[in-house]
Amino acid sequence: MSTLLIIEQLLNGVQFGVMLFLMAAGLTLIFGVMGLINLAHGSLYMIGAFAAAAVAGATGSFGLALAAALAVAAIAGALIEMTVIRRLYGKAHLDQVLATFALILIFSEGTRWLFGSFPLFLDIPDALSGPVTLPGGIQYPLYRLFLIAVGLLVGLGLWALIERTRVGIQIRAGENDREMIAALGVDIRRLYTLIFAIGAALAGLAGALVGAIQSVQVGMGEPVLILAFVVIVIGGIGSIKGAFIGALLVGLTDTLGGIFLPELFKLFMEPGAATQTGSALASMAIYILMSLVLVWRPTGLFGARA
Amino acid sequence: MIPERLVNWVALLGLLAVPLWAVVVDEPFTITLVTRAVILAIAAVGLNIALGIGGLVSLGHAVFFGIGGYAMGILAYHAQTFTSLNLIGLVIPGTKSMPVIWLVAIVISALAAWIIGLLSLRTSGVYFIMITLAFGQMFFYFAISWSAYGGEDGLSIYVRNGFPGLNTLVPIQFFGLCLVLLCVVLFLNARLQNAPFGLALNAARQVPTRVETVGLNPVRLKLVAFVISGAITGLAGALFADLNRFVSPTMFSWQLSGELIVLIIIGGVGRLYGPVIGACLFVALEHWLGGLTEFWHVYLGLILLAIVLFARGGIIGLLTGKEGAHV
Amino acid sequence: MGQNCAAGPVAINSSITRDDNIRENQMKQLLMATAAMVIGATSAFAETKIGMITTLSGGGAGLGIDVRDGFMLAIGQSGRDDIDVVIEDDQQKPDIAVQLADKMVQSERVDILTGIIWSNLAMAVIPGVTAQGKFYLSPNAGPSALAGQGCHPNYFNVAWQNDNLHEAAGAYATSAGYSNSFILAPNYPAGQDALTGFKRTFEGGLAGEIYTQLGQTDYAAEIAQIRASGADSVFFFLPGGMGISFLKQYADSGVDLPVVGPAFSFDQGILQAVGDAALGVVNTSQWNKDIDNPTNAAFVESFQAEYGRLPSLYASQGFDTANLILSALDKAEVSDADAFREALRAADFDSTRGDFKFGPNQHPIQTIYAREVIKEGDVFTNKIIGVALENHGDVYAVDCKM
Repeated sequence: MSTLLIIEQLLNGVQFGVMLFLMAAGLTLIFGVMGLINLAHGSLYMIGAFAAAAVAGATGSFGLALAAALAVAAIAGALIEMTVIRRLYGKAHLDQVLATFALILIFSEGTRWLFGSFPLFLDIPDALSGPVTLPGGIQYPLYRLFLIAVGLLVGLGLWALIERTRVGIQIRAGENDREMIAALGVDIRRLYTLIFAIGAALAGLAGALVGAIQSVQVGMGEPVLILAFVVIVIGGIGSIKGAFIGALLVGLTDTLGGIFLPELFKLFMEPGAATQTGSALASMAIYILMSLVLVWRPTGLFGARA
Repeated sequence: MIPERLVNWVALLGLLAVPLWAVVVDEPFTITLVTRAVILAIAAVGLNIALGIGGLVSLGHAVFFGIGGYAMGILAYHAQTFTSLNLIGLVIPGTKSMPVIWLVAIVISALAAWIIGLLSLRTSGVYFIMITLAFGQMFFYFAISWSAYGGEDGLSIYVRNGFPGLNTLVPIQFFGLCLVLLCVVLFLNARLQNAPFGLALNAARQVPTRVETVGLNPVRLKLVAFVISGAITGLAGALFADLNRFVSPTMFSWQLSGELIVLIIIGGVGRLYGPVIGACLFVALEHWLGGLTEFWHVYLGLILLAIVLFARGGIIGLLTGKEGAHV
Repeated sequence: MGQNCAAGPVAINSSITRDDNIRENQMKQLLMATAAMVIGATSAFAETKIGMITTLSGGGAGLGIDVRDGFMLAIGQSGRDDIDVVIEDDQQKPDIAVQLADKMVQSERVDILTGIIWSNLAMAVIPGVTAQGKFYLSPNAGPSALAGQGCHPNYFNVAWQNDNLHEAAGAYATSAGYSNSFILAPNYPAGQDALTGFKRTFEGGLAGEIYTQLGQTDYAAEIAQIRASGADSVFFFLPGGMGISFLKQYADSGVDLPVVGPAFSFDQGILQAVGDAALGVVNTSQWNKDIDNPTNAAFVESFQAEYGRLPSLYASQGFDTANLILSALDKAEVSDADAFREALRAADFDSTRGDFKFGPNQHPIQTIYAREVIKEGDVFTNKIIGVALENHGDVYAVDCKM
């Protein structure tokens, strides 16, 4: 296996990880501040993708489609926060899991009712399509480089928001002591709605960005949701930094595992069986990684010590 | 408000009366539906021991359900093809006998629960939910690519396994068998709750430090609860596979783990009969709404939401006017 | 894999054979008893009742809806009012499908079942249904286990044996002169069958063979491997959303090797979601809307008029299944199982595929075409460019002892 191929696969792993980070960031923020497990985060991802596909289909503009994904997901997020999620703060995790599980059912079938059962079309804009040649002669799709750039920019933006702005101070304070910041006169209800909307918008953005190279269909959010949970658990729940590192770890493990495990088994098995066994193990790899991390550090890599 | 004991008796009598009525009017499918509810109830009673008494929110109980299912599937498959199972030099013949299959299902799921519990109980809270989910996913993907036993296609068993003295192919007889097992499991659960072990476990959930000061190890208590819980859910898995005469990796799916939790919450967390009432209601809803509209998931979602938001303590809590144990 | 699940005892040595026979007889008696119980209750109505179990909700609903719509179109056109079709949604879950089959047989008391899309659901339902003396006509799934040792006189497949389209793809790749192909499929039984089927008829070498994860949505790593492999063509089997993702990413990667695949990733329902990325791709199918015969022309036109969209191959399979049942009902009552079975076996109906006949295992022997994806106005669709395999049966038929 050539070095070039390995570098290309590393890029693929990073790109996958960066997209997972967009999902995981919102999830971990919402958990960190409001203490809420939101299973419906995957539905917001799906809503973003559908909004983008609908707008792109009507206007032909990818920029407008991304804007629509951000806006629609943020509005949907704010709406469910005000109607349902708000009533779940301070309730048992169990109630949160069930209520947000119910939201998944409602959103999935609702979307199918609105858009039908067939996948929608969303394409890469012409300006970003096709491969570019990187130094060293690697041919790599421009759009995937764009995804990496967007992901890193959003990560930077989030860091600036939390570390450098007034809202960021409130968010950090909220993570530490909810009652206290309410007592200090911060409108906690509005702060929570805002945070939830930000998380939703990030998920919607991820859905739209990924939707352009995948299939926009009902149920697309759940596999990503599970991966995003794996990410925030590995990183330590509530930690944006943890989510970032966790996302890269998961992205790289999943991508590289899929390539190298079958090769590894070929060393001592016949090729057909090795491919099958290797692929089987590769599909379990990130979950094995997660349980190893948790057994070693029960609150994740950067989680608050219990 | 209605006393809880009365609610329980009505539920149990209902479980007995509906299938008997179905026999009289010759509606065998109703018996199949109630049997499904009874088996799901057994699985949920198992989960309720970990979740309701021990406070362990496991989103990976489908592992044990699936192990039970595959114990049945693999043993019966070898019996129906007249081959034997070769386990690293150990040759095990297949079997179509339910008691043997149950025993294997219970032992293996208990073993799996012990290992998973040992690792998972190092964590708590959300991390516990997620690590159990991760184990569920591992088993799910393993089963999908395990081509020797059908992979994603699963395994079909053509004739239901046998129980001495019964014809399990007759729906009402198989139902009776499942109902007896449910009663046994409920009885065990009730005994456990009031035994010193159950009381200590309850205390370990509420104030772990106090349990430690009296010299008990809260983690060990929880581990034992997790093992018992896994074993019961494994038994239910074997029955479920026999009901469908089929096993597949979907028995390991995280959605199934989620559904088991849903059953308990609908009925009422930590209540002896919570899983029973929850399972009956869930199966009824699934059947009735599914026949009503193609988009029935929307309505199911709305009903679940209403239960969480407005009916604290589930249906039993609603009927008796008492909120359930807080997890 | 599949074949292991076949019914019937396998005698290991003669000393245990007698014992096996006794057990088998006991099993048969039990089955007959249950079957008799069920059949006894049905004959009160002259009406024919058909049960359809198919996927109508969730991500895979598009296929089930097409089968249902094609089937009901034919029933509607027949003008018969003595046929009652009961339709239920299996949610793509095997245990729900089994439960629905029990309901259809025990409670609805149907005579014929049909509708299942997915092979794993088919494996769960069909053996039980046929063992109870009901007829099952598959409009889609055709797992190998039910085509070989597990075949059954009451089981007919109107669509294909699962390997057919992959074998056709291999034959096409050979005839197109490809000599070094890169092949990939998800790691599950249907995926393993796909690669086996392709290799069975492909005469060139393999540049690589990959099993991907079921439900995988990102194929960047696989595409990089294809680029590095030095292959001259690519064969893939990735049904549903997986195929959409693969094709979009492949088109954007700059790798421009020719792609061959079975029709599953190129049916009318999902082509619009793939868009330009699919243009020019060759895929294999036993049906296309431009097959030139009056039945097909009328089918395409009436389907469009009724539902406002172009039919897919799944819709054609549903339509053919219904017409086969109707043709058999014209000749015999379902209650006369032997006569009805003979009438089905004759396959005396006008198929959208032109000539249609069953092989010895009651799976189709049919011509499979190579199609190319084209754009007609704003709509992406397929055009036949040649024949991939003529009058093709399947390799499992020899194992079928009926």
